[in-house]
Amino acid sequence: MSPVDRSRLPVPGPEPAFAFPSADKCRLDNGLRLWTLRRDQLPLVSVVLLLPSGAAFDPDGMPGLAALTADMLDEGSGDRSAIQMQEALARLGADLDTEAGPDAVVLSMTLLDRFLDDGLRLLADMVCRPRLADADVSRVRELRMNRLRQIKDAPGANAEAVFSRALYGAHPYGHLPIGTSASLERLVRSDVARFHASMYQPARAAMILVGAVDTERAAKAVSEAFGSWQPVTGPDIVEPHPPDAARCASPARVLLVDRPGAAQTELRIGHVAVPRRTADFHALVLMNAVLGGHFMSRINLNLRERRGFTYGARSAYDFRRQAGPFSVQTSVQTGATGEAIREVLAEMQAIRGERPAKDDELALSTSTLTKGYPRSFETTGQVARGLAQLALYELPDDTFASFSPRVRALDREAVTDVAVRHLDPDRSVVVAVGDRARIEDDLRRLGLGDPTLTTAHL
Amino acid sequence: MPSRQLDIPFRKHVLGNGLQVVIHQDHDCPIVAVNVWYHVGSKNEVPGRTGFAHLFEHLMFEGSAHHDSGYFEPIQQAGGTLNGSTNTDRTNYWEIVPSNALDLALWMESDRMGHLLPALTDQKFVNQRDVVLNERRQNYENRPYGMASLAVIDALFPADHPYHWSTIGSPDDLRAATANDVRAFFQRYYHPANASIAIAGDVDGDEALAQVEAHFGDIPAGEPPGPVPHAPFHAQPSRQVIEDRVELPRLYLGWLTPAMHADGDAELDLLADMLAGDKASRLYRALVYEQRVATEVAASQNSRELGSFFQVIATAVPGVSLGTLETAIRAEIARVRDEAFDADERARAMAMTESAFVSRLQSVGGFGGKSDQLNNYNVFLGNPGYFSQDLERYRRADGDAIRAAACAWLDDCWSATLSVVPSGAHQLAAPDSKPVVIT
Repeated sequence: MSPVDRSRLPVPGPEPAFAFPSADKCRLDNGLRLWTLRRDQLPLVSVVLLLPSGAAFDPDGMPGLAALTADMLDEGSGDRSAIQMQEALARLGADLDTEAGPDAVVLSMTLLDRFLDDGLRLLADMVCRPRLADADVSRVRELRMNRLRQIKDAPGANAEAVFSRALYGAHPYGHLPIGTSASLERLVRSDVARFHASMYQPARAAMILVGAVDTERAAKAVSEAFGSWQPVTGPDIVEPHPPDAARCASPARVLLVDRPGAAQTELRIGHVAVPRRTADFHALVLMNAVLGGHFMSRINLNLRERRGFTYGARSAYDFRRQAGPFSVQTSVQTGATGEAIREVLAEMQAIRGERPAKDDELALSTSTLTKGYPRSFETTGQVARGLAQLALYELPDDTFASFSPRVRALDREAVTDVAVRHLDPDRSVVVAVGDRARIEDDLRRLGLGDPTLTTAHL
Repeated sequence: MPSRQLDIPFRKHVLGNGLQVVIHQDHDCPIVAVNVWYHVGSKNEVPGRTGFAHLFEHLMFEGSAHHDSGYFEPIQQAGGTLNGSTNTDRTNYWEIVPSNALDLALWMESDRMGHLLPALTDQKFVNQRDVVLNERRQNYENRPYGMASLAVIDALFPADHPYHWSTIGSPDDLRAATANDVRAFFQRYYHPANASIAIAGDVDGDEALAQVEAHFGDIPAGEPPGPVPHAPFHAQPSRQVIEDRVELPRLYLGWLTPAMHADGDAELDLLADMLAGDKASRLYRALVYEQRVATEVAASQNSRELGSFFQVIATAVPGVSLGTLETAIRAEIARVRDEAFDADERARAMAMTESAFVSRLQSVGGFGGKSDQLNNYNVFLGNPGYFSQDLERYRRADGDAIRAAACAWLDDCWSATLSVVPSGAHQLAAPDSKPVVIT
């Protein structure tokens, strides 16, 4: 065979077709949603239970309660102790993952199909009948407080905590899901029990099974395990109020957390943005891809590839049920702190009009987002977590299938338009966690006023 | 329920220039993974030029003779993703692309294998050296406990052993490296006779092989670099302490153990799960649940080509010294050596292992995907089809075998003990620890 032509890169042929997953949906009598999708390639089933009861539902003055409650689920049920429950999980080869985020708690595990019924029964015990013993609550609370002590030394966690508080203040998005030491110290068993009883309701939850199981068997197994989960009558659960508009509109400012001798400065730059259900979702995803969403985006090419200031820099819209934050995240060498911030703000400004997304940038970002999209549906766990997003944000069934066409339909005007409306360097909060002695003057010279010295309330 | 056999069916060919080619078909998702391993890692470096293999990896993304600009752009344009990594033993590069872009990925991988140097400039070199220095700051220097892993290998392996230094290297060595070092390194290690390519995904086996032949077949073979010399040595026990910007002190215990895939390796891997794999494991139960002296505990068998190490890491709760943790951990390890396991304990660890093995069959590409596994087995064992035998290794490791491995390798006398304590809090270190400074 003759060697290949190296005068130009090969041009890929026609794109392969892909059928996006679509789940069979039903509801149990108690209101629990059950979504099933069969995939038979391997004897595995991914189980995801979505409980829309995340940190946004932490009652006033109780940051960390939602996450503590989630953490208590696998600490025993009925007369089964915490250790016995862990042994039972391990016998099924189940690596339970509990993720407590701002909007939801997501429990997930991938099981060999022969363990599905047992796995669902265990999961039901955890979610519907957690033991919540006094000693276990205080032990787990103590572990979480120690976790907070540890992350006091992590630059990223400090930056995140200060950034969230600056953006959202007293709104529940203003604290990390883990909460604060001051709050955790006060939480007791009855707080956890009350939160569990009121928030963990079958009609709010969604069970998602993807893998070697058909709809009929899934319905039978889930009904057997979760059918007795009874709704508790009580006051309706109220969604958190939207973030404070006045705070969102305040002018740009700089917050400094001193970390003497730090080798780098950890940065967060951004502001409150929009909820997941915004009509601008696709345009924002595309705009952010040009700006900072992937390796070839402007911010990374500038800060990493052109200047060598950092190992990497990215921007993201954190789409949530309420307006989540837009943020640029990076960690830069100390001496480059001021310049890096100036470059980031300039990139945010430029894409709004003076240097709008160019054709080749749009083409690259569109391709990255759309042609690569099927890859996000390779494993059962990926598909199950993707479906959980649909349930959490109440998105239509065609969300996956319509993603690429909708991104492809966008033009430069649409991208510039969302940048103008949803990207605002002039009201961005800049958080710098670094060596004050070496960066404070730099920060002052940004022209955003004197940096405010602060600490994270962890 | 129909289910696949638990292995990764493949075909293997060796091109005339020595390039090993492994192909696996999986048509579930219209994507294909290309995965290239070069059998070179930080173990091939020499003192004074540590960190070089990894710095070199960065340069592989910066362009080659016929595509002299970044490697991300064309792959992303095709809807693909790519990355690479370096460890002590090997360097890997991968793309996952839609199945219509296999050609493109092969073109690019072959261009940097065959034609990297004409595109290498001092400017690229200096820029990527700065990026790597920042990677080191971010992941080691500015991260709590970030320097501990460097201290552990420094203590376990003697100064002339290829595992004595870290893959990230020392800042002085990185600054001393030159573009000429890059040329010499490329010529020695980056050629078909020191490489293996695995392709997994939505492809036709014959066509994929023909494409590999077309792209890579004319690259000159190169000299196989041969194994890295390393003299046998006697492990020296050590007790050290370093200060760090941390709130809670953390203890590291390390033991030298059998190499990857050698007798005892799977046993110790299972033992790591039984000690700290979940909340029902022995160390978690004893230290975190019952005695409440630790906030977290981890154990791992770090399997490597020339020799592995077993590690236990535990973080103390406020007010507890690392001496207390050490006593508690050593008591549990003594119990492993002295008492038989309960059958259920071994069965639980095996259930977790089996589940992890099957889950590994879900992804064609990326770190740990099927293409990476095929290369792993091919490069280290010469047998891409080792998946089911690998699982069998774990099935054979019964309680007695695990205990025997613990008795043989997890001796109290010659472990490395490292305390990481908050600045100025040496009283929290394990007893008789000598202060060291790691830079």
